[in-house]
Amino acid sequence: MCLTHNFWQLTISGLSDGFLYALIALGYTLVYGVLQLINFAHSEVFMAGGFGGLFAIQAVVGDKTPHGITSVMFVLLGVVVGAIVGGAVAFVLERVAYRPLRRRHAPKLAFLISAIGASLFLVNIAGKEFGRQAIPMPDLYTNGTVFSIFGADVQTNYVVVAIAAAVMLVFLDRLVAKTRLGQGIRAVAQDADTASLMGVNIDRVISQTFVIGGLLGGAAGFLFGLVFNVQNNMGFIPGVKAFTAAVLGGIGNIRGAVLGGLLLGVVENLGVSCVESAWRDVIAFGILVLVLLFRPTGLLGERLGRSA
Amino acid sequence: MNAYADPPPDGGATPGLSLRTLLDSLGDDDWRRLGGCMFAAVVVALMTGTSGNAQHLTAGVTGSLFKPRIVVFVLLGLALWLAMTFWRRYSDRVRTALAPVRTAKETVSGNQWARYSGYVAVLLVAILLPPQLSVFWQQVLVSEIGIYVLLTIGLNVVVGFAGLLDLGYIAFYAIGAYTAAYFTGFPDANRRGHISPLPAHPPFHLNPFFVLPIAVLVCLIAGLLLGAPTLRLRGDYLAIVTLGFGEIVRITANNSESVTNGPRGAFGVPHFSAFGYHWTLDLMPYWYLLLGIIVIVFVLFRQLENSRVGRAWTAIREDEVAAAATGIPTLKYKLMAFAIGASTSGLAGVIFASQVGSFAPDNFRLINSLLVLVYVIFGGMGSLPGAVAGASILIWLPEALRDHVDPQDRFVYFGALLVVMMIFRPQGVFPSRRRAREIGLAEAGSGGADAMAAPGGVLQQ
Repeated sequence: MCLTHNFWQLTISGLSDGFLYALIALGYTLVYGVLQLINFAHSEVFMAGGFGGLFAIQAVVGDKTPHGITSVMFVLLGVVVGAIVGGAVAFVLERVAYRPLRRRHAPKLAFLISAIGASLFLVNIAGKEFGRQAIPMPDLYTNGTVFSIFGADVQTNYVVVAIAAAVMLVFLDRLVAKTRLGQGIRAVAQDADTASLMGVNIDRVISQTFVIGGLLGGAAGFLFGLVFNVQNNMGFIPGVKAFTAAVLGGIGNIRGAVLGGLLLGVVENLGVSCVESAWRDVIAFGILVLVLLFRPTGLLGERLGRSA
Repeated sequence: MNAYADPPPDGGATPGLSLRTLLDSLGDDDWRRLGGCMFAAVVVALMTGTSGNAQHLTAGVTGSLFKPRIVVFVLLGLALWLAMTFWRRYSDRVRTALAPVRTAKETVSGNQWARYSGYVAVLLVAILLPPQLSVFWQQVLVSEIGIYVLLTIGLNVVVGFAGLLDLGYIAFYAIGAYTAAYFTGFPDANRRGHISPLPAHPPFHLNPFFVLPIAVLVCLIAGLLLGAPTLRLRGDYLAIVTLGFGEIVRITANNSESVTNGPRGAFGVPHFSAFGYHWTLDLMPYWYLLLGIIVIVFVLFRQLENSRVGRAWTAIREDEVAAAATGIPTLKYKLMAFAIGASTSGLAGVIFASQVGSFAPDNFRLINSLLVLVYVIFGGMGSLPGAVAGASILIWLPEALRDHVDPQDRFVYFGALLVVMMIFRPQGVFPSRRRAREIGLAEAGSGGADAMAAPGGVLQQ
């Protein structure tokens, strides 16, 4: 049987992919929650995080592969710098490509076109400034097998991605559920008009939502660059997949995005054991279409407001 | 702020043009705009500056920003800001002075004879100009502008008229192209030395001209098959499902080596021939064929727009629930829009396949779907002249930039243009009159601009 062959190994690499999808998907879902629109430029926020992390790492790492506590510190540094750059780009993006349109009450598709424009701009300006080839991240640790479970090897890469992502996901979940800022985000997501009448500063909440999505997306960009490469168009495919994951889980729903991301990663990887890997994306989109036919608002249903 | 900055004693009178009065009258909005201008200056400096590469990651940025040239851009930004600020103060006077011009323009654009003569003028240019152009521009005109105008007009029915966000539109174009490649093959290719564009052999051989109705039919059916289960989905869900469909079609074409020839694609699709006339490598006959088809489709869609069907689409676009409540069978009309758009796309696919002769799955990427959507919105959603203008302008721009900037960097300008356009003119180049009014009302704060849920975060209704 195709699925049983290598089942655990594929599940584990799928979870690793899935954690990255989940981090990016949260950016789509958060923005969708407060603005009800697809932020098509989010994949470029992810790319910016990758380059931010790359710059920081290139500045501190020498020729020798670090190990032990230094490795941990360097990964942490990359994640933090990637997140900050991602957050900054998302902030500027909202200011330039979204807020002026919001002031003018532009129709919804104008936002979509503005986002596509910003995305094309960012991909190509990055290509102009940093070249268009893939740039490998310097090694921060020796990638080997950390431990085995059910006969499957768990590599260092998987552990790093999983730990970093899990920490951020829990942090975000608590942030949205417990803090004043999270309350504001949920209020705007539920009903922006009423929230503004209750004294919520909508412009600020939207801006903060973009920044939070950008922080997660930027960190994911660094982690992705660590496992694969950094490139000006690196955001496109993970972006489309993460968007798919967000819709799969129920767009606007935070836990839905995480569930959708993990599920998509695992199903994709398991599916590859049945058909050739060239069909990987067809599996992802096929699952999406099937789920939407039977649950038109995703697995967990939409609405950020009710999710936490 | 300066505590002594009392309002000038003649506060009600018109202020003079001196810098002093200007500085005194600056509000938060003006400072915000100054920030915007400075940001634009830095961005433009980056866009036009030196390029870096993977070995020298910072070379591009330092070469563009930390050089004396930045001063020029900052000054330009400052000049722009001053111009904007003065314009804000004195635009009323200019507007009053220009009022007669404006009324004249409205009279003309409201007059249908004036509009018809506009169409005739454009048509005359489209007939007479192309033979004078260089071969390069003829090529662009035929295999890019002509084809994409047809695609844009088709998507305009789906997105512009009916308000259905379709991100997989290029899939039908691909289906049209592959249909052409399939039916122009020979049933017995291997035995008689004939060459088929695809490894799969059709039951009978056809000229591409006679594949046109078949492709329309095939795409119509594909549109119905995709639409029937998915059109129940709301706005953004429909968008992602159609996006997925587009990618599935492309990847399937890419992977089915034995049917579609995989990534190498089809080659040797013959040229059109009909009624004793043979199209050849010569570009102009193709242009006139395309122009004829575009004109026919344009007129048909214009009639459709003003018919009962068109009004039903508008109602669905504005508010689907209300439309259903007034007795419009929404699913039927949505399916109709989807299928009509799909078959137009298929038409374009056949012409494309026959004109270029060879194509590959890479011609049908997601970005192509997005670009067609961009042309629709840029031109003016729901407006047929807008669709033509949007596609023409936005395809012309990168080609015109080809000689002036690194070809790889052209889409930097393209992207920036889209953002700027949406900030200053979200309704597009030539908005349809109905859409212009809806958007105007929404800007004035009454009602949303469309039923696709106006974004939150602003007080509306």
